[in-house]
Amino acid sequence: MTGLTPEEATALTLSLRVAGVAVLVSLPVGLAVAMVLARGRWPGLWLLNALVHLPLILPPVVTGYFLLLAFGRKGPVGAFLEQAFGLVFAFRWTGAALAAAVMGFPLMVRAMRLAIEAVDPKLEEAASTLGASRLAVFRSVTLPLILPGVIAGAVLAFAKAMGEFGATITFVSNIPGQTQTLPSAIYTALQVPGGDTTAGRLALISVIVAVSAVLLSEFIARRVAARIRGA
Amino acid sequence: MLEVSLRHDFGGFALDAAFTAPAGVTALFGASGSGKTTVVNTVAGLMRPDAGRVVAQGEVLLDTTAGISLPPNRRRIGYVFQDARLFPHLDVRANLVFGARFAPRGASGPDFGRVVEMLGIGALLERRPGALSGGEKARVAIGRALLSKPRLLLMDEPLAALDAPRRAEILPFVERLRDAGLPILYVSHSVAEVARLADTLVVLGEGRILASGRAEDVLADPALAAQFGAQEAGALLRARVLGTDADGLTRLQTATGTVWVSQSAPAGAELRIRIHASDVILAREAPQGLSALNILPGTVEKIETDSGQRAWVQLRMGEEAILARLTQRSVSALGLAPGVACHAILKSVAVARDDLAQTHK
Repeated sequence: MTGLTPEEATALTLSLRVAGVAVLVSLPVGLAVAMVLARGRWPGLWLLNALVHLPLILPPVVTGYFLLLAFGRKGPVGAFLEQAFGLVFAFRWTGAALAAAVMGFPLMVRAMRLAIEAVDPKLEEAASTLGASRLAVFRSVTLPLILPGVIAGAVLAFAKAMGEFGATITFVSNIPGQTQTLPSAIYTALQVPGGDTTAGRLALISVIVAVSAVLLSEFIARRVAARIRGA
Repeated sequence: MLEVSLRHDFGGFALDAAFTAPAGVTALFGASGSGKTTVVNTVAGLMRPDAGRVVAQGEVLLDTTAGISLPPNRRRIGYVFQDARLFPHLDVRANLVFGARFAPRGASGPDFGRVVEMLGIGALLERRPGALSGGEKARVAIGRALLSKPRLLLMDEPLAALDAPRRAEILPFVERLRDAGLPILYVSHSVAEVARLADTLVVLGEGRILASGRAEDVLADPALAAQFGAQEAGALLRARVLGTDADGLTRLQTATGTVWVSQSAPAGAELRIRIHASDVILAREAPQGLSALNILPGTVEKIETDSGQRAWVQLRMGEEAILARLTQRSVSALGLAPGVACHAILKSVAVARDDLAQTHK
């Protein structure tokens, strides 16, 4: 990227890394949760559903605060993870990725859940009568059929992660090169006199990244959907 | 050999059925809502009844008292669904290969090329299910199930969603499977299909087994005529083609006597002929000066009357039996009662083309 200062370039690459890792790590978890919500028949599912949706409706600052309480170095989960795996979230880019993943999670799960609910279970039954185990049925029938929804969910979560601000700044602060993502950098620039041009450039990059992500997902989803419809 | 017994309470509708299906085609006949699909789903493992036991060729697939319930993928039961259920994201070839992928090694059964040739789907291999007609889908679904090398094939009204020409297109394939020796449990509410295909017939009504036995015996049972319907009820006879007469009529040998039909068939062929009860006239004495060609002697075995004016009379002729639909007035006028000898006059239309089917062996 020409015309970007090193600080701006750092914020952009950090944002891409944070969002990329957040999506990749939360994808399998999101898929599992979406499967459970779409197919599960347990009485307590509404609780899981509410929990998944919480980051969508809570003020992001509150979500960030909860993350700080749980995943901070003194928090119960954070302390355990540091001791057991040396994994630290507080004031690290990993923490920014965690915050981004949590904030994008409801969007990801919703998209996947809709796709799973659209799959006719009769096709899966047919596959099982042909000798396919549950895992084989999922891999060769369910997954290909829900692929457009999985892609849509991943792109939504990626876009959300790129733009996440409130929970991130609350949880991991705004440290250049460490936790200063694009939105944090824009915010910082706006606090400094004469930072308007930096803010403008970064805002433009945000728009470009977001629009490309949506267009790309549309394109892939269309291709996959056409393949699946059997046309 | 398949043994099935199951009990399930749907709340308001209780299914309690047990039957045995020997080799060959066993038809499960019944009106919609009689529980047919529940029975086949239990055999396939897609449904777990409150209590039940399913044994196929000596292997216990389900035994609720012993806590045994094999998952569908370990039962080796092929299932051809009414709605085909082809995988929309795969082309025809990949759908067929999917069936073959999980087939146990060393299991007997036709290979890919044989199945494609037998079902005439070679030209469809690169197509997607969305681009197939109903009849083509049904054939691919049959092929896919066959390639999984099942020990038993379930067919749940595979023709119900098809129009008459498509049905006529599929039936010969089912007959070929039967002739190849694959045991088939065939669900249907069409008497014509049952008469054409079934060796054994199980009649299901409101969750209970009403009758079960040789197709010929069950179809000729006057007590079941109402189940089959006034127009459709009728006996099934097995016949062998003796030859074609000079005037073009084909002479058939049945266990009871000679029958002529207008359709041609090669000498020596084994046929099934269906005689609609409404096409049978009974006479106490051998009729003279009658235009009907086919007159068979027999003895009245059973008479069933309904609440209206209708009566169903079963005429026994040695191994075989014929069913006649009469009015109750005729029954009393002729003095028909069990043990009375009489003659069945089959109207020439009685042996209809659609009901004339090649049987196996």
